[in-house]
Amino acid sequence: MIIAEKKPIEEIIQEVKDFDRILILGCNECVTVCEAGGKKEVEVLASVLRMYFMNQGQEKTIGERTLERQCDHEYLEEIRNIIDDYDAIVSLACGVGVQFAAEKYLTMPLLPGVNTICLGANEDRGLWTERCQACGTCVLARTGGICPVSRCAKRVLNGPCGGSTNGKCEISKDTDCAWQLIIDRLKALDKMDDYEKVAPVKDWSTDRAGGPRTVTREDVKI
Amino acid sequence: MRLKIPTNFRIIRLPCTGKIDIIHILRAFEKGADGLYVVGCMEGDCHFNEGNFRARKRVEQAARMLDQVGVGGERVKMYNLSSGEGPLFAQYSIEMVNKIKQMGPSPIRLAKERMKQKADAA
Amino acid sequence: MSEYVSNSRLERVLKAGHLGVTSECGPPRGSDPEEVKKKGLLIKDHVDAVNVTDNQTAMTRMSSLAACIHLKLLGIEPVLQMVTRDRNRVALQSDILGAASFDIPNMLCLSGDHQSFGDCAQGQNVHDLDSMQLVQTVRYMRDEGKFLGGDDIKRPPKIFVGAAANPFADPFEIRVPRLAKKIACGAEFIQTQCIYNIDKFKEWIRRAADRGLTEKTFIMAGMTPMKSVGMAKYMKNKVPGMDVPEEIIARLAGVEKKKQAEEGINICVEHIQELKEIPGVAGFHIMAIEWEEKVPEIVERSGLYPRPEI
Repeated sequence: MIIAEKKPIEEIIQEVKDFDRILILGCNECVTVCEAGGKKEVEVLASVLRMYFMNQGQEKTIGERTLERQCDHEYLEEIRNIIDDYDAIVSLACGVGVQFAAEKYLTMPLLPGVNTICLGANEDRGLWTERCQACGTCVLARTGGICPVSRCAKRVLNGPCGGSTNGKCEISKDTDCAWQLIIDRLKALDKMDDYEKVAPVKDWSTDRAGGPRTVTREDVKI
Repeated sequence: MRLKIPTNFRIIRLPCTGKIDIIHILRAFEKGADGLYVVGCMEGDCHFNEGNFRARKRVEQAARMLDQVGVGGERVKMYNLSSGEGPLFAQYSIEMVNKIKQMGPSPIRLAKERMKQKADAA
Repeated sequence: MSEYVSNSRLERVLKAGHLGVTSECGPPRGSDPEEVKKKGLLIKDHVDAVNVTDNQTAMTRMSSLAACIHLKLLGIEPVLQMVTRDRNRVALQSDILGAASFDIPNMLCLSGDHQSFGDCAQGQNVHDLDSMQLVQTVRYMRDEGKFLGGDDIKRPPKIFVGAAANPFADPFEIRVPRLAKKIACGAEFIQTQCIYNIDKFKEWIRRAADRGLTEKTFIMAGMTPMKSVGMAKYMKNKVPGMDVPEEIIARLAGVEKKKQAEEGINICVEHIQELKEIPGVAGFHIMAIEWEEKVPEIVERSGLYPRPEI
């Protein structure tokens, strides 16, 4: 899923301070699971903002709403009838949701309430870690199912680099060396012979480098 | 055992302090409470193993948020005692009430009163 | 490995069966060319070629290519180091051609330390290619006379291509397969990480020799003299992928502070003398970090001077 992290309250206050009627808009998908932008986080942010501005002697309307998703037209349409009640929206969805809402409601200021971090997994309670960078050309079949693009700090396709120490990355003792994980997996799969196959120069045109990416499916289109 | 406790606070009973959420604490202040404290079982004695530890984390987080918005994180506190310690409960309630009295009314309550006066005057 | 692929002196020395000697020169953190020239002239007569580092430890410095040109114009043979951290395939190929236009005859392909170690920790990194793919790229440009994109190169680069190897990084069991991979990509010479754990290095090169790898490439053993016991401890604890045995630290700690540098040189010379006899060791890469003036002494005392006339 998409992993996000709450923005500091001070930053959100700075962004919204000039608006009188603010809608805090949550999303029921990824950001709910990673506890950054679901219904509960909407309630908390709204309460905190209300108290802050009350304390400042400013009367503001701070509304709360959480949509099933912010990356689909039909759910975003649900706020069309209330949108005129507000001067700005703080979206707690990932960057996708914020933009999709901005595109739909052209004259409505849309402010992000979270920082979108990565595509990751819920590794443990309170711990979310990156697993994919959406490079568009998956190499996992050749790397024992462990991704060198997202999990190696140098995205080395023929690793490990010389900085691998005791299974950890040179950038931090808390970061696993992706290539150590790959080698462990290749050994477990009895596929160490594959290690010596040289990964060719990668086509990064399917990555960010190629510009905004789209998937078009004629068979799905109506 | 009859113990004197202050009368200016309201007790909200929970099945376990682990049930408390940050929003409960924030709402109390939003509605004008001057202080709030959570009384859980002794650490290590939670019937649900870690309910009171979770409560403590949430209280701490709520305190940080109250600091950030200028209400004052010291207005919330977590206490632990066992169910047989009535006198200690009384002592904690007196301690908390005295502390809040010292700090004075919550700025949110004052702000609400000012706004009400303004609205009445208008 | 009989015919020459470049005009590299280093290539000729190694192919003639002599022990090669290279050293290292870190470009300055400024634009004064005299610093590079001074370092180069200090070691000129005692080495076959001088590696010029490419923003080592991710600290911004004078460009490796520019510093190489300064050395080349003084008649000192450079080894252009290139990391894949800062440049994409366009820039890498372009710099390779730039180097070749000055007839810089050697290149060492590296991935580079992560930028978080340097002065631009908030910067992007590139890593369009990795170090092995960079080796493949230079070889392709030289041998096929083509760009990665497939177009012909007018006057292809004539460059003797090297790569680095760390016999001590983890996991140890892939250290030799990894060397094999670099050789398969086209690395003609290898310069290793600083060696302090002699036994582990011998084990590594024995395993490499068993697979016939020492016949396919020239392995130059990396040597860095310790200036003090403090440096030894730092190298052991702070530098990723470095293996400094306790006895080295104990030996340096055993002499008085003023004599630790001298003892560091003694250890270095002893190690070179020991490794000279090991089959598969084709030469030495002496990295005296900000201590270039000691290189001549180390080379002389190790019996590697004078350098052969080629």
